Amino acid sequence: MSELALTLVRLAFLALLWGFVLATVLVLRRDIRQPADATSSGKTEKKSKGRQPKPPKPPKISRKQKVRGNRLVVIDGPLVGTVIALDGKQITLGRAPDSTIIIDDDYASSRHARIYESEGSWVVEDLGSTNGTWIDRSRITTPTVLPVGAPLRIGRSTLQIQN
Amino acid sequence: MSNRRNVELALLVFAWVLGILGTLQVGWSTGEGTPPRLWITTGAVALIALAMHLVVRFRAAYADPIMLPVGTLLTIFGLIMIYRLDVADARRAELNGAPIPTPDVYSQLTWFAIAGILFCGVLILLRDHRRLQRYTFTFGLLGLFLMVLPLAPVIGTTVNGATLWIRVGTFSFQPAEIAKILLTIFFAGYLVKTRDSLALVRTKVLGVGLPRAKDLGPIVIAWAISLGVLVFQRDLGTSLLFFGLFVSMLYIATQRRSWLFIGFFLFLGGAYFAYSTFGHVQARVSVWIDPWTYADTTGYQIVQSIYGLANGGILGAGLGQGFPDLVPFASTDFIISALGEELGITGIFAILLLYGILIERGLRTAITCRDGFGQLLAAGLSITFALQVFVIVGGVTGLVPLTGLTTPFLSYGGSSLIANWVILALLLRISDRSRRPDLSKVSPDDAMTQVVPRLKQS
Repeated sequence: MSELALTLVRLAFLALLWGFVLATVLVLRRDIRQPADATSSGKTEKKSKGRQPKPPKPPKISRKQKVRGNRLVVIDGPLVGTVIALDGKQITLGRAPDSTIIIDDDYASSRHARIYESEGSWVVEDLGSTNGTWIDRSRITTPTVLPVGAPLRIGRSTLQIQN
Repeated sequence: MSNRRNVELALLVFAWVLGILGTLQVGWSTGEGTPPRLWITTGAVALIALAMHLVVRFRAAYADPIMLPVGTLLTIFGLIMIYRLDVADARRAELNGAPIPTPDVYSQLTWFAIAGILFCGVLILLRDHRRLQRYTFTFGLLGLFLMVLPLAPVIGTTVNGATLWIRVGTFSFQPAEIAKILLTIFFAGYLVKTRDSLALVRTKVLGVGLPRAKDLGPIVIAWAISLGVLVFQRDLGTSLLFFGLFVSMLYIATQRRSWLFIGFFLFLGGAYFAYSTFGHVQARVSVWIDPWTYADTTGYQIVQSIYGLANGGILGAGLGQGFPDLVPFASTDFIISALGEELGITGIFAILLLYGILIERGLRTAITCRDGFGQLLAAGLSITFALQVFVIVGGVTGLVPLTGLTTPFLSYGGSSLIANWVILALLLRISDRSRRPDLSKVSPDDAMTQVVPRLKQS
């Protein structure tokens, strides 16, 4: 092998190494811009490859509809500190792995409760849980409006809607 | 389905092609010609990587697409460098008329195959990482047992002053590498249960909220264990790794900065104690402060490593064209300086960036994970990578005192390779859980919900 060829191979190797790094960074960038939690198919993901960044959705909706409170915060229990943005979608709570907030607690049911938006406020509905869903000190039996700041108790966890 | 498995496969093929090119480059530039068993070895690597990819595709379909290719590329780079050092050793032996030593690359390849099998085993057998949480204390005890195992009279072996190995027949193993995983699982399971009391109950001392004395127990025990490792096994690196891991996991679990302060002061105390008590720690520190004074004795390794890096320069000497074999332990502790010499700072930065990406993916897995145990486990496992890379690369380049730790995936050594691939499998399992878009097919936890006993209300 001539000196020149070796130098070329050497530089090509370094270039390819950086090519690999760049390829991973590109994959990474797409993953950050399109979080995997979206149930999008491959098609929609390709579509969003375009340059224009989409306007952020959640604040727009909440401003338009004047929903009170925009985040659900776990203030006590094993998941303390967890914050979920309320963006008009239904939130399910329970031990089942497909819940929005998985409450890993022996005193919570698999499908414990759901929170959904109705006429500008947030409504909690108990889904037939064993130990009940409580707002402050009272156990709810029907879908009940959850005011901002009121403690919602499920098992050993306490949640709260905050602005 | 947008689960990115094809991206992963493409990146794996890319890594494999880079591996072939690197091996060929070593062969050509050392004058060996095309390596004799090129297609067998690269074929074996391809087979292992393909098997791992297929297991991920069918058992963890939504897992992160980057971690597996990055781990594979790093392992391949390790194999290339070990092959290159084999060639150099054979040359040297030939010159001296000594018998040619057995090449290390085949045993490393065997270890890679075993690591691949374990990787697949973890992904196939462990369907849900939360199952590990049930065995928190079992893993903790097992981890501790493995840590002290090298001190056992018959099987424990001391190599180069550190009592880290066990040896059964011709087979030797470093149990601390496996203990690292078990103890991370233990820390995650323990902290997820106790973090409330660790985070919330505290007394104010000098304006800093300090935890209660009884809550300090675990951190003091972790500190004592890592000091114990230092005293009895004479291994700085492992001791540092465990303590750093525990402090950072405490910090992540409780989100209290005071743990970092406490950890830092305990570290300073431990470091001072170690420095004033042990000769080998003092030697390490003085070599770190001024390696050139000890260039012929204790500082020989580090000085050779720095010469090597300087010889590499910006673009490197080229694979097979440097003198990385002049550094003692070039294939284990000093593999980064060997790579630095032949690939230059350009190559080293690419490798460090790959580590950065790997750690970032691990921490992102922790952020997106929806259960507390998985979050802490993913964060802890990523932090072991981060700490190891920092300590060993810092040591080799003279940034921090040199301590013997393996470079994840790159270093020659079976225990370390296996442990790192198992860690990667665990991270992919957690990542699969947290990125899975539709979980309705997964059966809900069938365990019975416990009923709160009803109190009579007055």
